[in-house]
Amino acid sequence: MKQGLFDIIENTALTDNVMKMVLAGDTSDITRPGQFINIKLDGLYLRRPISVCDRDGKTVTIIYKVVGRGTEQMREMQSGSLDVLTGLGNGYDTSVSGDKALLIGGGVGVPPLYMLAKELIAKGVQVSVILGFNTASEVFYEKEFEALGATVTVTTVDGTKGVKGFVTAAMENADYSYFYTCGPEPMLKAVYNASRTSGQFSFEERMGCGFGACMGCSCKTLYGNKRICKDGPVLVKEEIIWEK
Amino acid sequence: MGEMKVNLCGIELDNPIIPASGTFGYGYEFAELYDINILGTFSFKGTTKDARFGNPTPRIAECEAGMINAVGLQNPGVEKVISEELPKLAKCFDKKVMANVSGFSVEDYAYTCEKLDKCEQVGWLEVNVSCPNVHGGGMSFGTSPEAAAEVTRAVKAVTTKPVLIKLSPNVTDIVSIAKACEDAGADGISLINTLLGMRIDLRTKKPVIANKMGGFSGSAIFPVAVRMVYQVANAVKIPVVGMGGVSRAEDVIELMLAGATAVEVGAANLVDPFACRDIINDLPRVMDKYGIKSLNDIIGGAK
Repeated sequence: MKQGLFDIIENTALTDNVMKMVLAGDTSDITRPGQFINIKLDGLYLRRPISVCDRDGKTVTIIYKVVGRGTEQMREMQSGSLDVLTGLGNGYDTSVSGDKALLIGGGVGVPPLYMLAKELIAKGVQVSVILGFNTASEVFYEKEFEALGATVTVTTVDGTKGVKGFVTAAMENADYSYFYTCGPEPMLKAVYNASRTSGQFSFEERMGCGFGACMGCSCKTLYGNKRICKDGPVLVKEEIIWEK
Repeated sequence: MGEMKVNLCGIELDNPIIPASGTFGYGYEFAELYDINILGTFSFKGTTKDARFGNPTPRIAECEAGMINAVGLQNPGVEKVISEELPKLAKCFDKKVMANVSGFSVEDYAYTCEKLDKCEQVGWLEVNVSCPNVHGGGMSFGTSPEAAAEVTRAVKAVTTKPVLIKLSPNVTDIVSIAKACEDAGADGISLINTLLGMRIDLRTKKPVIANKMGGFSGSAIFPVAVRMVYQVANAVKIPVVGMGGVSRAEDVIELMLAGATAVEVGAANLVDPFACRDIINDLPRVMDKYGIKSLNDIIGGAK
């Protein structure tokens, strides 16, 4: 984990309430896809944990949905700098993907899969991506995944774009050796039940610190208690206990 | 540079800064961020006789200038703390650590304290009779003078190290409880634990926290801490460790003027993992600014 000041160099809308922000600063501690950063905002006590969509040597890209005070404040920022903790969370393990990886994202669970797809493709893995949204106007990053060389299937619950239904509708005929997923918990559970191979799940929880100190985001797994922020957010299929 | 050393129950601290229990784990994770030997000491994660997972999530809610937690004393149990956590800590911390202990019966407290008292790394026992997040124990021992005294006596009977009793602010008469602990043999008092609080989500119309209520901490509670440290320090002869919403060097000085011999820093560590390091680095500047040559001289200075 590193603490640093990051300059806002881009903050643009992808949909009505989903924003893309690019921050420039020391990204050296972001080592794996699926990690997150934790942002301090003026006047708000706790930091805002947001998953990393992409990073290079100088910038980190995050995609966030405007849902409350913190993200509303972030939406208005066009310049300035932010106090950010980087390199948080375990992230996805790309070494176990086999030759055909299936990436399944729902809503703002999509962004961390972008850096994951990029790294898997760079390793020569064949990547298929299922991007699930409620409706056509909420869809983002379809073209960006295609530009990486991934095969993309979009699903919408109301059928206004792509395959009608949930992400699981597009999983039935997919051919994959391993899968990675991120999205709301009901979606993760559906993916768990529909999947035919092992895979990795990225979870979300209300966090205090985001770096393993407060035990605010603990969960039970078959391998013992884990902290979503430090031992997660990525858990493997074989250890998950569904409690909620 | 001014003198930052203080003496807490017979053990000298290089400075009065102590990360508070529950915000610093068992220390070794912060040791990856900075050399934790710069601390006065730290109070490790509240430890109980048996392992506990704690409360269901969500356990955290944000507030104005603070937060609510309802972790519920998640810890691996005293045996594992001694066999696994303390050896890990020994690799990165050379000083005596403060062992924070919780329980659900007088016997629980005595059992856990007796075990930790035998650990060479442990300098003090901080007995938490004030956790608001567990039922049938915790805070219920800290809300009556008799119960707090009973726990104190039971712990003192089986230990040799200094025993600090950590008190709850969720009481009508903090002084009577502190005095009861002193009379029962406590070597020090630490306060304040969190204030019982609650938030409700307007969207779901339900409590934010699964356990409904939790402990409110953060800079918002600092004035309550100053007041209670002042009241207790003026009523007892034993040292007082002050805490509650401390986030900067000025707060440390203020709590010491109120009567604290040492100062714990809690929620601030969760917002800024370097909070204690930064406070320690900033203390000489603030001491200088207010003409303070030795922190020891200002303890209880506000009359």
